[in-house]
Amino acid sequence: MDIAIAVLTLALLALVIRFVGAPLRARGRSEPDAGACDREALEAAREAKYREIRDLELDYRTGKLSAEDYEAIDAQLRVEAIQILDRLERVPGAERSDRPPPPR
Amino acid sequence: MAGFGFICLLLALAVCAYGIAASIYGVRTRRWEYADSGRRAMYALAAVLTIAGLVLELAFISNDFAFNTVADTSSRTTPALYRVAAVWSSQEGSLLLWAWLLSLWSSLALFLTRRRLREVAAYATAILLGLGGFFVGLMVFYANPFSTTTPAPPEGVGLDPLLRFPTMMIHPPMLYSGYTLCMIPLAFGFGALLARRLQADWIGAIRRFAFAAWLFLGIGILLGARWSYAELGWGGYWGWDAVENASLMPWLTATAFLHSLMIQEKRGMLKVWNVSLVLATGTLAVMGTFLVRSGILNSIHAFGGHTLGVPFVALIALLIGASIYLVVSRRELLRSEARLDSLLSREAAFLANNLVLVALCFVIFWGTYFPLISQALSGHEASVGPPWFDRYTVPLALILVLLSGIGPVIAWRRASLANARRNFLVPCVAALATFVGLEAAGVAHKPFATAMFCCAAFVLGSVGQEFVRGTRVRRAIAGEPPPRALLALVRRNRRRYGGYIVHLGMAVLFVGVAASSSFQHAVERGLSPGQSARVGAYTVRYVKPTATVTPRNDAAHTGALLSLGARLEVLKGRRHVATLEPSEGYYPSGEAGQGTVASLIGGQPVSHIAMNGGITRDVWSAVQPNIEAPALQKIVNAGNRTLPPEAALVALAVLARSYLAHPPQAQFHLIVSPLVMWIWLGGLIVFAGGLIALWPAPSTLRRRVAALERPRPLRGLARV
Repeated sequence: MDIAIAVLTLALLALVIRFVGAPLRARGRSEPDAGACDREALEAAREAKYREIRDLELDYRTGKLSAEDYEAIDAQLRVEAIQILDRLERVPGAERSDRPPPPR
Repeated sequence: MAGFGFICLLLALAVCAYGIAASIYGVRTRRWEYADSGRRAMYALAAVLTIAGLVLELAFISNDFAFNTVADTSSRTTPALYRVAAVWSSQEGSLLLWAWLLSLWSSLALFLTRRRLREVAAYATAILLGLGGFFVGLMVFYANPFSTTTPAPPEGVGLDPLLRFPTMMIHPPMLYSGYTLCMIPLAFGFGALLARRLQADWIGAIRRFAFAAWLFLGIGILLGARWSYAELGWGGYWGWDAVENASLMPWLTATAFLHSLMIQEKRGMLKVWNVSLVLATGTLAVMGTFLVRSGILNSIHAFGGHTLGVPFVALIALLIGASIYLVVSRRELLRSEARLDSLLSREAAFLANNLVLVALCFVIFWGTYFPLISQALSGHEASVGPPWFDRYTVPLALILVLLSGIGPVIAWRRASLANARRNFLVPCVAALATFVGLEAAGVAHKPFATAMFCCAAFVLGSVGQEFVRGTRVRRAIAGEPPPRALLALVRRNRRRYGGYIVHLGMAVLFVGVAASSSFQHAVERGLSPGQSARVGAYTVRYVKPTATVTPRNDAAHTGALLSLGARLEVLKGRRHVATLEPSEGYYPSGEAGQGTVASLIGGQPVSHIAMNGGITRDVWSAVQPNIEAPALQKIVNAGNRTLPPEAALVALAVLARSYLAHPPQAQFHLIVSPLVMWIWLGGLIVFAGGLIALWPAPSTLRRRVAALERPRPLRGLARV
């Protein structure tokens, strides 16, 4: 029984070391791009802003907002969203699909 | 195998130490392969603790009484299903469950964030491994689940009879899942502060885990309440017990956080408030865990024996100190990006809701911890009972329910007065109609209950109105039939409508609490067969005694060797309503010195209540047979004198027959409580709403903006 436990222990230890140490042995480690943190923050802000615009439209359509308030807040939110998209475009590695194709 | 189990704990400790070092080194030097290695250490911790857990579980299942924890909490006569759950009935086993669940949830969180928030996640990994290492360290140095005794005793003490119920099997895993899930926002909060990355992304990343923590804690709390009501013999579901309170406090702060984080996501406001709530929730979860292991409680919830108070106090002090230091030192990064536009806005309602929730938490904190601290310092037993808690929590709960009806009907940023008047009409009419109805029915004489019913009607009105209007909007856009429009509306706006369903569930739950508290009829009476007692509008007649001997006949499958009880007939007027058979189960004491027969039934007796539950009321009964009656004690004494242990069951059979033939007067506790079922139904509704809100949105709603044009940009946003 003691030998079995010793073998089990060694096997488990070897497995754990191999598994945990795998990233240290990996070749061609990819370095995160310099703008990764900024991009994540801006993408989160963008999704939150989209959600806010959708929520605002739902609030207006369900009668919580007057038309004037809706137009004013909606315009403001869209300006804020554009600012976020502009900042996102300046971050290296950001998706370029958000801009429309140029007119023919 | 006990040795292998302990080796797993040592390995777990080493993995934690390595993981902490690797994560911190990786993030400080920006060598991300070390941070990844630290994350893998968490996965390895989960695997190693799973193996350790399996070793312990196998020991319980196979009745290996060489394991001290198996001998202390299980036995050959403990039903198999309860033997499986007995693992976490001990201090040692529950620590292992806590550490294991922490490692599992942490692994999931770190896996889901492996490509994001690198700096924050690396610090969070270190903190989660630190917490895991703390619990593993407790097992290694203080409460080893793999400690053994040689030679092994032939039989164990058995599982506490009070824990031999199905709800008790699932209650700890649910509650511990809630506690351990609270650690993830805590760790990411600390990580965001340490990495100085305090934008919206970290809070969005942990939102689901905060929600899951809230959900599991809530389920665990409700299961505990259900166990208290349906299994214990006092007839209540909430006693403001210190341990109940300790699980409620992080749930309250988590509720506050789930609301205020929406404000931060939308407006960049309340950053200090949110990070403080996250840290407070995690700390309160640790304090709740501390309470049952500190040695300062004498309760069914408490683990006796080892006291782990000192290490826990050190950890709690560290958490509080680090929280205060980091929040103060990073306050410049936590400045709000916007201000409150209007007091008539959803932001303002959420702020008010937060203040009420935190006030509730503070009241409960004060009522729970101050007497304990006072007792620990002065030696005088201090107590704060349910009346004290009710005095302060009931008005706050009323305001909370009212706010949960106000929030859905006002807009973000600012609402116009005209719109607000129109939107509040239906909920106000619902509340007023409820009041009129209660007055007409003659039940409006209890002010707090009446106020709660009216507030709940207000919530029903506001939430119902939201669903109706939202469905109409959806139909106008998509031309769908109403059922499909409703489904599509909820599917596309899960957070909003899932949240509305949660609000509705909470209103239903509070109606159940108010009704069952204010309109309950309870009677304690000694009855002999043929006698009756009046309980409210019902008459309960004691028809005849009941008795069973040996675990094979134990209908509740709890392993009781002897059960004595009664058959009761419940009548309303002349109409038969139900037949109830409450009983009391008697268990072995394990003390041979009591005598061969007395030791079979000399353990803690447990009441098996009988109940007839319905949507409008529960009829609840418990019985305390008089086993000390001279005629019955004569049989026990004779058996003690004359029977060897292997024949002692014969005496129990004789005792049971004597009880059936000449039953002494028994004490009955009889309760008729209205709307108790609404508490459990409300809980189910809350659970369903929470699941809807938690479920990931369909990927089509995340499609990128296809075109952008000024002045009406962002074409391609998903429609409502």
